[in-house]
Amino acid sequence: MSAEAAWLGPEEWQAVMLSLRVSIWATLAALPLAVFVAYALARWQFPGKQIVNSLVHLPLILPPVVTGYLLLMLFGTKGPVGGALQQIGIVFAFRWTGAALAAAVMAFPLMVRAIRLSVEAVDPKLEQAAATLGASRLMCFATITLPMILPGLIAGVVLGFAKAMGEFGATITFVSSIPGQTQTLPSAIYTFLQVPGGETAALRLTLVSIAIALTALLLSELLARRAADRAGGR
Amino acid sequence: MLTVSLQHALPGFGLDVQFEAPPGVTVLFGRSGTGKTTVIQVVAGLLRPDQGRVALEGEVLCDTSRGQWLPPHKRRMGYVFQEGRLFPHLTVRQNLAFGQWFAPRAAKRESLERVVELLGIGPLLHRRPGHLSGGEKQRVAIGRALLSAPRMILADEPLSALDEARKAEILPYFERLRDEIGIPMLYVSHSAAEVARLATTVVVLQDGRVQRQGTAAEVLGDPAVMPAGVRAAGALLQARVARHHSDGLTELDAGGVPLFLPQIAKAPGSVVRVRISAHEVILSRHRPEGLSALNILPGTVEHLRTGGGPGAMVSLTTPAGRVLARVTRRSAQALGLETGAECFAIVKTVSIAPEDIGGG
Repeated sequence: MSAEAAWLGPEEWQAVMLSLRVSIWATLAALPLAVFVAYALARWQFPGKQIVNSLVHLPLILPPVVTGYLLLMLFGTKGPVGGALQQIGIVFAFRWTGAALAAAVMAFPLMVRAIRLSVEAVDPKLEQAAATLGASRLMCFATITLPMILPGLIAGVVLGFAKAMGEFGATITFVSSIPGQTQTLPSAIYTFLQVPGGETAALRLTLVSIAIALTALLLSELLARRAADRAGGR
Repeated sequence: MLTVSLQHALPGFGLDVQFEAPPGVTVLFGRSGTGKTTVIQVVAGLLRPDQGRVALEGEVLCDTSRGQWLPPHKRRMGYVFQEGRLFPHLTVRQNLAFGQWFAPRAAKRESLERVVELLGIGPLLHRRPGHLSGGEKQRVAIGRALLSAPRMILADEPLSALDEARKAEILPYFERLRDEIGIPMLYVSHSAAEVARLATTVVVLQDGRVQRQGTAAEVLGDPAVMPAGVRAAGALLQARVARHHSDGLTELDAGGVPLFLPQIAKAPGSVVRVRISAHEVILSRHRPEGLSALNILPGTVEHLRTGGGPGAMVSLTTPAGRVLARVTRRSAQALGLETGAECFAIVKTVSIAPEDIGGG
């Protein structure tokens, strides 16, 4: 740990740790809602389903800067949501929590898409069978659907985490790039490239980025394979 | 007692069904596409009917006129699906235990050991469903339904996805459910042989209506009721096992008339039911002699039914019960078969297949 810390400058190390914290929180916080929305879109018919679907996908198709600006308007200290939350002590603007929010919003559609596909692959007849055996809807979900969508869920988490790690446009627009507060890996790399002589620092951070991404990918492959073996009845 | 009354629009026709299922096995009998599965799904709570009322032992499960609806997980109906529907991510043991987790503490439960022994699935317990054959899957599915402490078993054509050999392997387990566990059952089928072996009560569905309801012998012996088609017609006789002969035959006593079958594994004295396919019966006006067929039932023509085709369905009353015979119109005319005519029904021993012989 200390060797790495020595290899990376304090500011670079800060950016790496901040990015990990922001991405992990963003992914974990978005996951329950993503599972719920994915399940609802896959299984339920309800009025306004198309609108919900479009809203979920919006961050994927909007320019990130636009998403970041919208977040700033909504969740800034003077925004309608941000102002209200400030009353109870929750502040997003120019804090790491804001970076996590931006990352979560950007990662959300990717997570929903991956999880929705795996929910659609689960035969609803199995859920029916569970219901006749006495399982309530919630128990059906916990004992049948959830274990069977686990591979898709892991894929969604990795995609979401990768997106959160790489998020730049919305984050920098919403919470700027304050070292130690909101300067994540991508914004740090960008900042280093703006200063003369910062290329080596940028290169080190790039290598760290690649290492984190590959580790996450390998880990997810491993987990997904084990989960798929179980779900496939082998 | 299960009472069902429902109306439901299906593509192409309307379902309008009323019937009662007394204790024992009630078979919903009819061709495919007559709404049998819809009825059983409504009973299970998997489908809301347009209009209807379902009650079990006085408890209302569904009554659309009062807006009452009990969700499936509170009905405690053990459903055996056509295609098994085992949970692929769980082992056989976990599949079996699944319903046990949710069964109310106070419910009358079967023990896992007893069910495993009854269905012969001990060696499968640690496997996953992906590694089971069709017949094994269906046995596990029966066990899983049974272990959820159900008030009733619902079986939706549980044998139709299996080949003939597997059908013959699974059918006895449903007989054991009926005879050893004594659990009421609603069983959907389009096979006359399954009706003959399992049914206490038969409800015949045709074009979304109940065409006939009665005991298996009444319904199968009625020449007017042939939901499975004229080729599958055949009456049901009840008989007692008299003795086993050393040449591989079992002799039954059917109302005083001896009936010879290929050997069956039932103790002398036990009651069996035998389905006699109508197209395997030959009629003769005189007691034949020098004939290879062993079974000759004296009887009287009760009714002769002809349609547009070349065939005729003759129902005979014999001391063993009613027998149906499918002959040509030409023969019926040549023999002078009319109501009240004396004649003999001849049945080859080897034409009685094992799947036509059931307990009780």
